[in-house]
Amino acid sequence: MSSITTTTTIGTFVAPSRRNTEMALLVFAVLIAVFAYVNVGLAKDGSVPAGALGYTVGLGLLAGVTHVIVRKWAPYADPLMLPVATLLNGMGLVFIWRLDQEPSLGKAMAPNQLLWSALGVALFIGMLILLKDHRVLQRYTSISMVVALVLLIAPVFFPGVNGAKIWITIPGLGSLQPGEFAKIVIAIFFAGYLMVKRDALALASRRFLGLYLPRGRDLGPILVVWALSLMILVFETDLGTSLLFFGLFVVMLYVATERTSWIVFGLLLSAGGAVAVAGFESHLQTRVHNWLNPLELVNGGVTETAQAMYSFGSGGLLGSGLGQGYSRLIQGIAPKSDYILATVGEEVGLAGLMGILLLYGLLIERGIRTALAARDPFGKLLAVGLTGAFALQVFVVAGGVTGLIPLTGMTMPFLAQGGSSVIANWALVGILIRISDTARRPAPTPAPSTDAEMTQVVRP
Amino acid sequence: MNKPLRRVAIFCGLLVLALLIRVNWVQFVQSDQLKNDPHNRRVAIERYSTPRGNIIVDGKAITGSATTDVGDFKYKRTYKDGKMWAPVTGYASQAFDSNQLEKLNDAILTGTDDRLFFSRTVDMFTGGKQKGGNVVTTLDAKAQKAAFDGLGNSKGAVVALNPETGAILALASTPSYDPSTFAGMSNKDAAAYNALQKKNDPDEPMLNRALRQTYPPGSTFKIVTASAALENGLYTDVDAKTDSPVPYTLPDTAGVQLKNEGDIPCENASMRVALQWSCNTVFGKISGDLGNKKMKAEAEKFGFNNDMIDTPVRAAESIFPKDNRPQNAMAGIGQASNRATPLQMAMVASAVANGGKLMKPYMVDQLVAPNLNVVQQHTPQEMSRPLKPENAQKIQSMMETVVKEGTGTNAKIPGVTVGGKTGTAQHGENNKDNPYAWFISYAKTAKGTPVAVAVVIEGSDTLRDDIAGGKLAAPIAKGVMEAVISGEK
Repeated sequence: MSSITTTTTIGTFVAPSRRNTEMALLVFAVLIAVFAYVNVGLAKDGSVPAGALGYTVGLGLLAGVTHVIVRKWAPYADPLMLPVATLLNGMGLVFIWRLDQEPSLGKAMAPNQLLWSALGVALFIGMLILLKDHRVLQRYTSISMVVALVLLIAPVFFPGVNGAKIWITIPGLGSLQPGEFAKIVIAIFFAGYLMVKRDALALASRRFLGLYLPRGRDLGPILVVWALSLMILVFETDLGTSLLFFGLFVVMLYVATERTSWIVFGLLLSAGGAVAVAGFESHLQTRVHNWLNPLELVNGGVTETAQAMYSFGSGGLLGSGLGQGYSRLIQGIAPKSDYILATVGEEVGLAGLMGILLLYGLLIERGIRTALAARDPFGKLLAVGLTGAFALQVFVVAGGVTGLIPLTGMTMPFLAQGGSSVIANWALVGILIRISDTARRPAPTPAPSTDAEMTQVVRP
Repeated sequence: MNKPLRRVAIFCGLLVLALLIRVNWVQFVQSDQLKNDPHNRRVAIERYSTPRGNIIVDGKAITGSATTDVGDFKYKRTYKDGKMWAPVTGYASQAFDSNQLEKLNDAILTGTDDRLFFSRTVDMFTGGKQKGGNVVTTLDAKAQKAAFDGLGNSKGAVVALNPETGAILALASTPSYDPSTFAGMSNKDAAAYNALQKKNDPDEPMLNRALRQTYPPGSTFKIVTASAALENGLYTDVDAKTDSPVPYTLPDTAGVQLKNEGDIPCENASMRVALQWSCNTVFGKISGDLGNKKMKAEAEKFGFNNDMIDTPVRAAESIFPKDNRPQNAMAGIGQASNRATPLQMAMVASAVANGGKLMKPYMVDQLVAPNLNVVQQHTPQEMSRPLKPENAQKIQSMMETVVKEGTGTNAKIPGVTVGGKTGTAQHGENNKDNPYAWFISYAKTAKGTPVAVAVVIEGSDTLRDDIAGGKLAAPIAKGVMEAVISGEK
């Protein structure tokens, strides 16, 4: 009859590295961005843009080098994250370059953005080469805390821009948005802290109304973080960072303790804080008002919020075509940074915007998958923290620009103009890739036991 | 830690889902509304991205389009003889919107009208740019020029109608403005526009006096009063003596007397003689005898108290009020609170000239698609019948007497039968302001009655008697009538 076949492969199964998949996807990502770039040139001037070759080579080189590095130093890394990040960054460059063609929007920013992207990729590469194991980061828990605090508080001492104090200016170098880097450092700090304290936070609690109420002293850290986020809100009037910071902490607490009560507390505290601050911060009140009345005229003029809504509406299903929209009607620098999604929505339409949002969704879910696959609690917490921060940022920015929630001043990761943002996000993806590589790496074969041989010696 | 992680994954999925739903809502459900929001500048950019269609007079465009480098609007409106045609075309400005024909026919002129769907679809497939259609007017360029030149530097208006169809042949208003000066959106355009506003120019050059300004009609209103007398059977023979004392004491007053201008033969004068010399006493008494109800009814048949006279540019409402007896008697000679637009008085003259049938006035004959297909063709419509034909004949003979040997001799045209009526309307408290000089008339040729005209001139400070209308306004009417008749031949 039939012979017995073994189907179980436990212990011997090795996950495929998928590096060739990644390469194919990277080629695809670079091609899409290059076609988009040529498309803009054809639409604006009727000719292939002069920089087309340079852009192709530049983006191709960035993608190629990162791929080689990943192949060598993180061979088992998730194959989707790098192509998605490359595509988003490439499309971001195209959109910024496209907006550079509008004289009313000021000086060209795409060349700088390309430089920042290259720096970000360099950081990404450096991180993969130098950071052999993400667990090393665990050692820097307390340093991370100090660094995070410094990064978050520093902008208070610099003048605000457009009503929000989120910048520090370094003479000669330009300005830096420390919040972008802070989110990574904070995720490292939380992951390290929670890994140590998770049992105390999870188990020492009383049951009340079906919820596990944490003890007063365990409430300490959450209250401190809450107070800190409120301070950011008040002194820097930066709702985005504040929300990101606090949301990140609640998500990580929840994952670490597996207690729903922390989420309930988190939501209550954030709602309370938001209402309390909104009571006296006119900046926030204005934003909520604009959110509720997006098309309202202010002093007889159309607001930025309304202009963004018009951009989206005019784009419709398929968009006006790259280079053929009028998102320049959103004045100033905003179209290239906070409002870049409006250009996406107008020029590539609902279809294109959904594509971009799904790319973000894909990157986020790959990040959480990495957390699920990670074998160590620190890696899990760090991966979910970084991914959560990324997801919250995407939601807050995209939701704000499309009018789902009140607008907050943050940048769309990879897509929007901004050096700090693109560098920090490449670093973030770098850490995620490192964790995923560790997670998917096959377990080392057990070392041959010398004792085993010894005990089986058969004496003649 | 995997259970909460899966929940976080679901939560993140929900966040992305919420964003997807939101963008579908904005870009699909709300799309049309946002796209066409009047504050969405794209609407205006689109609108000015192609040359606008033209307004046509006598087969020639009186408008045009020019490319512009200022701002994001590509084309702006230009006008030929803008000052002369402004009361007809209105303006179309990038910065200040549009009005009158430019506004009312905007969809045709920009090419977005649903009726141009076929032509737009063809353009889309052939890759052609969207083109605007044309508006063909009923105006007569020569008559318009005669009217505009005739008014010259004085403040006033001229309306000429074809009594048989209601077609508007001339529509002039002075002082006028050139809509070209603020068609764009530069600072220069803004300055030009502001300078024309009432607060900066008390002469109100942008006021369309022909359609939008009402004046006391003065003695020209006596035509309506005479019509009321005949229609209501108060008098049947225009040459029979009337029972009219001089002066006439206004009813219900303690001896307030209505007098005549100068020493004219008005006592018990026949209606013909009374109209010939413009006797206030005779017509004041007719109005007093008929009463307010009958006077108002007759005036309304001529178009008074109608706020919906669309040419298609809507004319201001002319008023014959419900009033007490002394006021009503005064209204019978076009004073008191009686008010009329120049268009209204041209309608009075044209109803009489057309045998008692009042045609609806109009100035757009055709709307034409870019491919020259006619999208809409106006057919003349009857508006009302203020007079029986025999009564219209009687009034005509009286008006012809006025021109032949009365106050309107300045309107005589050799070889043409002309009927007319002069008027000088007093206004201001105790008549302190300069009076308005009126003249309404029509001309008949062997072929029919091609033209009826109303002329009003404000502020004729030199003359205060009833001859003013004849001296100042009649020659302008004559010029317009001659221009129309010469075109007929």
